[in-house]
This record gives sequence, structure tokens and C-alpha cells, in this order.
Amino acid sequence: MKLEVLNLSKKFNNILAVNNISFSIEKNKTLGLLGPNGCGKTTTIGMMLGLITPSDGEVLIDNQKFEEKNRIKLLSKMNFASPYIELPKKLTVFQNLNVYAKLYGVEDVNDRINEMAENLNLKDFLNKKTGELSSGQKNRVSLAKSLINKPKLLFLDEPTASLDPDVGDFVREYLENYKLKNELTMLLASHNMTEVERLCDNIVMMKKGEIVDKGTCVEVVKKHGRNNLEEAFLKIARSKDELE
Amino acid sequence: MNWNKIFALSLRHIYLIKGSFPRILDLIYWPTIQIFLWGFISKFFTLSSSYYNNTVGIILSAAILYDFLFRSSISYNMMFLEEIWSRNFTNLFIAPIKLSEIIASLTFTAIFRTLIGLVPAALLAIPLFDVSIFKIGMPLVFLLLTLYIFGVTLCLLVTSGLIRFGPSFENIAWASLFFLAPLGCIYYPIEILPEWLQIISKLLPLVHIFEEMRNILIYDIISYAQIFKAIFISVLYFILGVLVFYWSYNGAKNRGTLINMGE
Repeated sequence: MKLEVLNLSKKFNNILAVNNISFSIEKNKTLGLLGPNGCGKTTTIGMMLGLITPSDGEVLIDNQKFEEKNRIKLLSKMNFASPYIELPKKLTVFQNLNVYAKLYGVEDVNDRINEMAENLNLKDFLNKKTGELSSGQKNRVSLAKSLINKPKLLFLDEPTASLDPDVGDFVREYLENYKLKNELTMLLASHNMTEVERLCDNIVMMKKGEIVDKGTCVEVVKKHGRNNLEEAFLKIARSKDELE
Repeated sequence: MNWNKIFALSLRHIYLIKGSFPRILDLIYWPTIQIFLWGFISKFFTLSSSYYNNTVGIILSAAILYDFLFRSSISYNMMFLEEIWSRNFTNLFIAPIKLSEIIASLTFTAIFRTLIGLVPAALLAIPLFDVSIFKIGMPLVFLLLTLYIFGVTLCLLVTSGLIRFGPSFENIAWASLFFLAPLGCIYYPIEILPEWLQIISKLLPLVHIFEEMRNILIYDIISYAQIFKAIFISVLYFILGVLVFYWSYNGAKNRGTLINMGE
């Protein structure tokens, strides 16, 4: 799926959270949405998922405007994972995946859950309550939920936040391999620059609701005369003159 | 409407009930306590004065019907709040499910939860106090239906508030039914109220439902006109509730409160 964001703005009362941003993600590509805390990333993702009504501009998915009349059709091909939203803690992992598989209209639900459990190493705790899992286990369950419908467009908000390096690497490797085998366009919001360099084809840097830079990781690093993306990020985040 | 999705959403709540004995116990416990409490109070009045003859039957029937409204309403609100408490709200609203399917699922699951609690209590009243709600006969189905529609309407208004104002609106969710109870003339006839309050209370279906219940139990008279008036008023409020819910949902999308909603 191709995603296009055209002149998107969001104003909450008198605060401009997102100001006239435009970018696109070509089919099967991964875009990193970067920026310091409070720069408007979550609001932008919210608008792309139809959770927030834009004040201006539009979101096009495969050239279709994301609006109420085609919301269900488009959402069935999309999904989202974030450490800031959770699955019901009192339900077992299997029950949660079963509910969401049915909500997304997945055929052969049991096969799909078993496949996800196998690939993401969930088998040992499939019948354990989700609230009893460790952060790493919860994170993999959340990823399984976000892939249960074999989405064509996936939004990931800090997918490896609060994970130890081993589990973080497992998730990144899994996503890399998944993308090789499946048709998937991905938007990744992350503060882990190594992760972004590893997974993203292009990046968009936001600051105070505006896009301040975009391109490939190499291009952005080179443009700012730094050695890596982390340094380029720090330069952009700390510069006072970019927008002021 | 997609019934598979409605079932899937209901399944989430059925899993929750099925997996926790204390939850099942909680569903049964309160209606049963209600029956005991009102049963003994009414029995005391009956034994103390012949003026209160038949009080047990009327008060207990009213208690069961009111509890049906109360439990269905609380069940609906609880299920909605569960989504907020578990921070599952965003997952739900990005799933390909229509608002009408969410409402339908909560409505059907709420009746399931309500019946788990109320059926044992209603059956218990038969041997303990010689009171059977089923004596009302066929009109009971209509009375319960009307109460249920009104209960769901109240929940739609409360959940609209939760969407609009966030979890801080939770206290209103619990208080909403107590607010209407005095005007509903559940345990006393409408004539008890001052005239100006009678005018307001007649705008609620509760008065018509409980007046009709008393007519049936005391005079053995069934007025279908009264019953259909109650159904009509309930349906009107229900339509209003749905409109308010959609309005709140769109308002929440404008304010951005649907993302990251949770405790």
C-alpha cells in the first residue's frame, strides 16, 4: 500500500500540533518518523489511523482518501502497535489474539495464531494472562496482534522502547525478515537511531509540528555533516534556528 | 452490521467473566443482597399492619425490575470502562469495526451479564418470600425490554461522557442511575411526588413501567397503551443516546482523545 500525507495540519484549541506536513511512503518501503518528544509524531500517526480528525489536509492510502465511508475497508489492511497501548491484561495471550483475529476477519484463526506464536516465540506463554508477562513478552504479543491480519500498512510507535538489547534485536530482525517475505509498507516512529538506520528506507524529521528534514538516513547524516543519525538528530533537535 | 465482529467483541467480555470466579460471584451477589434486604423490610411492614398487605410482592417485583435496569446499565458501563482501564481503547478504535457494532456488542453482552446476576435472585425470591416476578406474565417481557432500552440509553450517554471528558467522567457513570431513581417512582406511586416533579417524571419511561407493574400486581389490569407509551419514550431516548454517542465520538476525534486513552 502507498501512503500519502498531504498538507496535514492539526490544531488543538490554539496550539498548532502539526503544521502543514507532507510526505509519502511508497509501497513496501519503510519510513522513519523522527523527532523529539512532543514534536507531533503521535498526533500525525493518530490522523493517519483515523483516530484524530485533521484540521486541514488529507491522508491518502492507495490514492483513496481515508474517511468514514472507507474506514472499515482500509483499517482491515492496516494495523498499529505501540508500547503505550495494551491488550486486556486479564485475558490470555491466545484469547487476545483470538479476539483481534476475529475482529480483523482473519480466516483460519487458529492456524494464524499458531504461526505467529511459532515465529515470535509465544508458544510457552500462549495460555498465560497478558498482564503476567514481562515487557519483552508483552512487546512480542503486541507485535503479533499488529501482524495478525497480515497488514499491508503497519504503524509502529517505538516498537522496542524499554526492551533489553537482546529482545530489541530479536524484534528488529523479525521485522526485517517479515518484510522480506511479505508485502508490507511500514511507518516507524522511534527514538532509537540505530534501529531507524537498520530498518528505514527514508526518514522524516519533525520538530514543533513541522517537517524540518527528510531523505534517506545517509542523505540526512551527510547534509548535517555528522557521522551517524544519532548525531544528526541531536543537531536538529538542539538547533534553535530551524524554526524559530 | 457484521455479526462475527460483534461476537468477537462480546467474546472479549465473555472470556473475562469466564476466567474469574470473583467476577461471577460479584454479578450474583448484589442482586441477591437486594432481594434479601427488600424482602425482609417488606415482610416486616406486612406483619406490622394490614395496610401494607401485598407489599412484599410489589416491593420485591419493583426491586427486581429496578435491579434489571441497574445491572444492565452498570454492565454496559463496566465493559466500556474495562477498555479504558486496560488501555485497549486505541486498539479497539483502529480495528475495522463500526461504532454501531461496538454498541451492539456491548448491548448484547450486557444482557448476558445482567441475566447471570438476576435470574438466580429472581428464582430465590420464590421460595424465600413467595414472590414470583413471572406472575406479571407476558407484559413482563415488554417491561424488561423497555427497561433494557432505557438502561442502554443511559449507558450511551455515560459512555459519550467518557469519550468526551475521559476517565474522569467515571464517577458520573456510577451515579447516573441513582440520579434518576427518585423520579422513576420505582417503589411508590407517582402521586407521592410534588406536581411539578410529576410532570418531569412522566417524561421518563420508568414511571410508566413501574405504574404498570403495580396495576398488574394490585388490580390485575394490563394496559398495553401504558406499556407501549413506555416503549415509545424509551426508543426516543435511545435514538437521542445514539446521536449523542456519535457526536461525542466525532468530538473526541477532533480533540484527539481517542489515542492513548487510559488510566
